[in-house]
Amino acid sequence: MTGILKLAYKLLVNDKAKFSALLVGITFAVYLMMFVTSMFSGVMMHASANIINIGAPLWVMDPAVETVSNSVGMPGYVLDAVRSMQGVKYAVPLYSGGALVKLRDGNYQTVTVIGLDDTSLYGRPELIEGKIQDIYAENGFIVVNDAEFSKLENPHIGSEFELNDNRGVIVGIARVPTSGLYGLPTLYTTYERAIQYIPNPRYTISYVLVEPKSTDEIPRIKQQVEALGYRARTKEEFMKNTEDFFLYKTGGGTNLLIMMLISFTVGLSLSGQTFYTFILENLERFGALKAIGEKSRDLVAMILFQATFTALTGFGLGIGLCLLLIIFAKLRLPSYAAMVTFGNLAISFGMVVVIAAVSSYFAVRRVLRIEPFDIFRG
Amino acid sequence: MPKTAIQASGLVKWFGEGEAKTMALREVSLEAQFGEMVYVVGPSGSGKTTLLSVLTGILKPNGGKVLLEGTDIWGLNPDQLADFRLGKIGFVFQDYHLFPRLTTAENAAIPLILKRKPWDEAIQEAEKYLDVVGLKSRAELPPVKLSGGEQQRVAIARAMASQPDILIMDEPTASLDGDTGVAILTFVQENVLNKDRCIVVVTHDDRIYKFATRILNMEDGRLRGSEKSTA
Repeated sequence: MTGILKLAYKLLVNDKAKFSALLVGITFAVYLMMFVTSMFSGVMMHASANIINIGAPLWVMDPAVETVSNSVGMPGYVLDAVRSMQGVKYAVPLYSGGALVKLRDGNYQTVTVIGLDDTSLYGRPELIEGKIQDIYAENGFIVVNDAEFSKLENPHIGSEFELNDNRGVIVGIARVPTSGLYGLPTLYTTYERAIQYIPNPRYTISYVLVEPKSTDEIPRIKQQVEALGYRARTKEEFMKNTEDFFLYKTGGGTNLLIMMLISFTVGLSLSGQTFYTFILENLERFGALKAIGEKSRDLVAMILFQATFTALTGFGLGIGLCLLLIIFAKLRLPSYAAMVTFGNLAISFGMVVVIAAVSSYFAVRRVLRIEPFDIFRG
Repeated sequence: MPKTAIQASGLVKWFGEGEAKTMALREVSLEAQFGEMVYVVGPSGSGKTTLLSVLTGILKPNGGKVLLEGTDIWGLNPDQLADFRLGKIGFVFQDYHLFPRLTTAENAAIPLILKRKPWDEAIQEAEKYLDVVGLKSRAELPPVKLSGGEQQRVAIARAMASQPDILIMDEPTASLDGDTGVAILTFVQENVLNKDRCIVVVTHDDRIYKFATRILNMEDGRLRGSEKSTA
């Protein structure tokens, strides 16, 4: 660190009250920003849980579908048509729906039922207990051991339950990358059993999962599906559609924006004002430095260093605080929906950069305007 | 034959325009030699501070010329002028302008730090000047823990740290009691003034006139002749 920057550093950190106030402002703003965006990312990940867990690269659906949990049934010919399309390696049906499970204590629990293609079991979860072929056994279901597992009375292999007056038996216990958004336990079974056990409208295929011959074929497949009157979305597009739905059609986006604005305002008003006051308090001394022979660009460098140092320290503290709270919350509540992504970090960092830039802009302007002559005049 | 430290001629400076125009300097000329302690005295508003600012390259005059050690300072660009001030001129301000959050040694080291000396080296060198002003034992204290006289001595140490050829002292006793003011100027005369240094003091304080080698009277923007110290 050069002498001038060390001088700037000492001027900043030795003023403990102001430095603390600056750090509190930026840390709190970063914490708020990180927390709210992480919550949103977490919610979005849980909202897209089935897309992630099934993992198919291309999903064919009714054009009205906005999120994976609100499917619109498609007739069987769609599956046949997709299978015959150019560029399709194979295509399988998927059932996704809700059902009521009657527990041994007489209570009912809503569950999500995923019906996998009977032939291929495409999209099956990773089993931690049991064998996948047992899913073909009479009334066989696989239960996902996630945060909602206990809602089914912690079942084990052989546990029986009642699903819409049908007997169900747990034949395997699985784990998936992501649990769902709505706090419902998930059961996997075969497609045929799912549509047999759960009352359905006329059309029963929720999605057609497509494996293209190569990723280059995806645009062509999408065109052919479009011509059929349906829509094909890649895994990423489908997740983005789900996110857009929550952002723009539920008020979630407005709330997110409001919270982001609040954190930005808190950060800017607390830190910007404190930093400006800090500069004002030292203004005469900066003028004295100018009189002694410090160049304006060195003064600017000092102020920018102070702003950058404060911003980065506050950013680190804010991220740390947010991570600690998320880790703590996840220890207590395994299904806690918060996820730190590079996008969240980038948004928070961008906010900090703007706060530092605005604060230092006004400070630099003020310092550049001070005339050493004013120091002599007193 | 003494060398000329300051040579100013025909200095004119005004503030404002039209009816609001105020003449601060009216054709002021002066010379100061190395080894001299020149006092500029006069009532408030007479133009002393303006003259000091013009002589040190801080305030550009509307007319006239300033040669410091033969260099036409107003012919330098802003960066050269800043470097010139840093290398050749030392300042002791009326209100000291010490940074309260830095230690006494760090305050005294500021000109050296601005000269890009490594931090530790600058502090060590500044401590030598604190020793000269009798404050080495206070090097680690912040200026707020020092008395007014001690703070003024830190300001002198800071000014001396850059080993300036010309030392400017703006009302050096204004914030001090009489005895301390006299003690400070005694110290300056005995320890700071030498044959290679010129000191210009702006003051109202007639108790310290005895330390001057020459006193210039300023009134209404004009230098009204000069007189030798009565000391």
